[in-house]
Amino acid sequence: MTGKNIQLDKNGNLKHFLSIEGLSQPLLHTILNYAESFATVDKRPVKKVPLLRGKTIANLFFEPSTRTRTTFELAAKRLSADILNLNISTSATSKGEILSDTLRTLEAMHCDMFVVRHANSGAAHYIASQVAPHISVINAGDGRHEHPTQAMLDMFTIKQHKKDFTKLSVAIVGDILHSRVARSEIHALNVLGTNEVRIIGPHTLIPKEIEKLGVHIYHDMNSGLKDVDVVVMLRLQRERMRGALLPSEDEYFKRYGLTNQKLKHAKKDAIVMHPGPINRGVEIDSDVADGKHSVILQQVSHGIAIRMAIMAMVMGQINRDENKEKKK
Amino acid sequence: MRISMENGKLLDPANKLDQKQDLFIADGKIVSLEKKPDDFNPDLVINAKDKIVLPGLVDLCARLREPGFEKKGNFDSELYAANSSGITSISVPPDTTPVIDTPAVVEFIHQRARETNRANIFPLGALTQKLKGEQLAEMYLLKEAGCIGVSNALNAIENTEVLRRAFEYANSCDLSVFIYAEDEKIANNGVAHEGAISARLGLPAIPETAETIAISRVLLLVEQTDVRVHFCHLSSARAVDLIRTAKKQGIEVTADVSICNLHLTDMDIADYDSNCHVKPPLRNERDRVGLIEGIRDETISAVCSDHQPHEINAKSAPFSITEPGASTIEHLLPLMLHLVNRNEITLNRAISLITSEPAKILGINRGFIEKNKHADLCIYDPNSNISIDKNNLLSSGKNTPFNGWELQGKVTHTLLNGEVVFSID
Repeated sequence: MTGKNIQLDKNGNLKHFLSIEGLSQPLLHTILNYAESFATVDKRPVKKVPLLRGKTIANLFFEPSTRTRTTFELAAKRLSADILNLNISTSATSKGEILSDTLRTLEAMHCDMFVVRHANSGAAHYIASQVAPHISVINAGDGRHEHPTQAMLDMFTIKQHKKDFTKLSVAIVGDILHSRVARSEIHALNVLGTNEVRIIGPHTLIPKEIEKLGVHIYHDMNSGLKDVDVVVMLRLQRERMRGALLPSEDEYFKRYGLTNQKLKHAKKDAIVMHPGPINRGVEIDSDVADGKHSVILQQVSHGIAIRMAIMAMVMGQINRDENKEKKK
Repeated sequence: MRISMENGKLLDPANKLDQKQDLFIADGKIVSLEKKPDDFNPDLVINAKDKIVLPGLVDLCARLREPGFEKKGNFDSELYAANSSGITSISVPPDTTPVIDTPAVVEFIHQRARETNRANIFPLGALTQKLKGEQLAEMYLLKEAGCIGVSNALNAIENTEVLRRAFEYANSCDLSVFIYAEDEKIANNGVAHEGAISARLGLPAIPETAETIAISRVLLLVEQTDVRVHFCHLSSARAVDLIRTAKKQGIEVTADVSICNLHLTDMDIADYDSNCHVKPPLRNERDRVGLIEGIRDETISAVCSDHQPHEINAKSAPFSITEPGASTIEHLLPLMLHLVNRNEITLNRAISLITSEPAKILGINRGFIEKNKHADLCIYDPNSNISIDKNNLLSSGKNTPFNGWELQGKVTHTLLNGEVVFSID
């Protein structure tokens, strides 16, 4: 075990953004604060800031994604960076040598940042350990491990509505086992000092010993949602029905699908979030998804500001500017 | 070749040897253990002062990568690495390409062993054809060709009827069956122990029940068929319990553990160190302690290297798509001595686990120091230090999970049938 946090440079600044695990509370607050300042950029007549002018960012998507890739692309463009989109099918890169060859090729094109999505847990760590020292890596989702930018935009959304994390109860509902969003959120909520983090789902979708990450486990919605301030619904992949994990979508919806009826157990002013894309009638009822508690569309627009903040930070743009101000 | 080995301390737990004593070798055999025979003019004198002389080590499981995987290693590279750890006898599993399921492949392996002449090689034949778990392999022909046991290696036999018949047939050929117990369906392509670490890292997990259910199934069949079964590479404390209980009930089985599982746990995966991707998986500290406990009370009677050298690319990828296995053969002895230094096991027990006990499991006449028997010997210096550096391994596989470890007990000489096959000078 090296014990070295490869996400941080020797001055403790963000170099790569791979996982929420390993990041400090002040650092998460810094990200949230910068995102706040970027949130107004898209309301300007010219929706751009020149922080990453002349930088080249490669979106390396080894797994298909439209939404996440698009928000990273928009975030990069609003920071004035050049962006390349590469969709690389996983079948062509199932061998390590091909992956490292891909990285070498992109390095030769003088890219400054890789935004990586990959079907295997640990892929972003692996890529960060392989790239040339001037390149930063942002994890846009690795297997079942983490999706840290999604967690940060969710924290941003919670903060807009709830202010103080230390007074909150948050429930994450659904397929925790396969969810990278859930892992990142559990870490982020705990780092930010959330009073209680709950996860709700059947035994088959909850990994063993997950309680060691600092969560309380519930298998039933009524008790799990009782008096919570925030409900995070996770997407349920249809292929989960094929194995022995769940009997049917109908039964799942009946037990764990979020309806207004079940939501009554939460606090009156509870907010409902979902990383998208939503399966209406599977994990969430349309009445809830479109109802007054839902902040699902706000999450999407916050995604751009959060990704701008993180991209600028790993490129050293924000830290450097801050230092300049201190010198004045 | 006549060799006299002087001033060393002989240590052979099987023969209760533990004293300073000279030893004389002629024509491949130990000719005297006491005083120099009359007219003995040695061609070579080895001064073993302050060193310990052991029987040549017996490794129950190592992959030498021939035939079929020469890009990962070959007999020359892997056996030289083995000799550097004092190993002189090795049992090789049948999952080569082609599989060891015909006498021709057995002959190929024997021929390569003769050409390299660095160790006694004992091949295990396939239990089922092509290791597919469907049809029985030609076990009797494999035995005639020189296989000392049969195994389906890491390939599970899903059909319990096939497994039962394979046991019966192996028994009628008087062959031991070497079983790697893992229920493939429960393991479900997992890559790490099911627990806090796999939950945190989001790695597909292998539950303990993948091992314990497979062991229970085999134990019930052993009870019915009376076949000799050896369990390869236990990984969980619960597995040790099952075998302990079975032995108490009179079911005669044996078991070994891989050296990695005695030193490492899933914590060592840290940030996805693919060199810790091994099969069976590294489990937690409770399991590691359970394995040590099993060694102490003799539920487990051997430790093997479970050496699996890989080329760089096999380990250079996101964790779950790397190939499992660790390159361990050249550190088997110092890693055993490390357990002794940490007071986890005694020196005598440590040595018997890698000499006489595995020899007994294989049914071979090796792993001890006796007059008029093969001079397979290993001399090590208990006070010399070893720093493991993955770039300086003798094995073709640089995939050691022990990179950076500081150990004691460097081997200075290894003798096979009275010939020096490794010397530090």
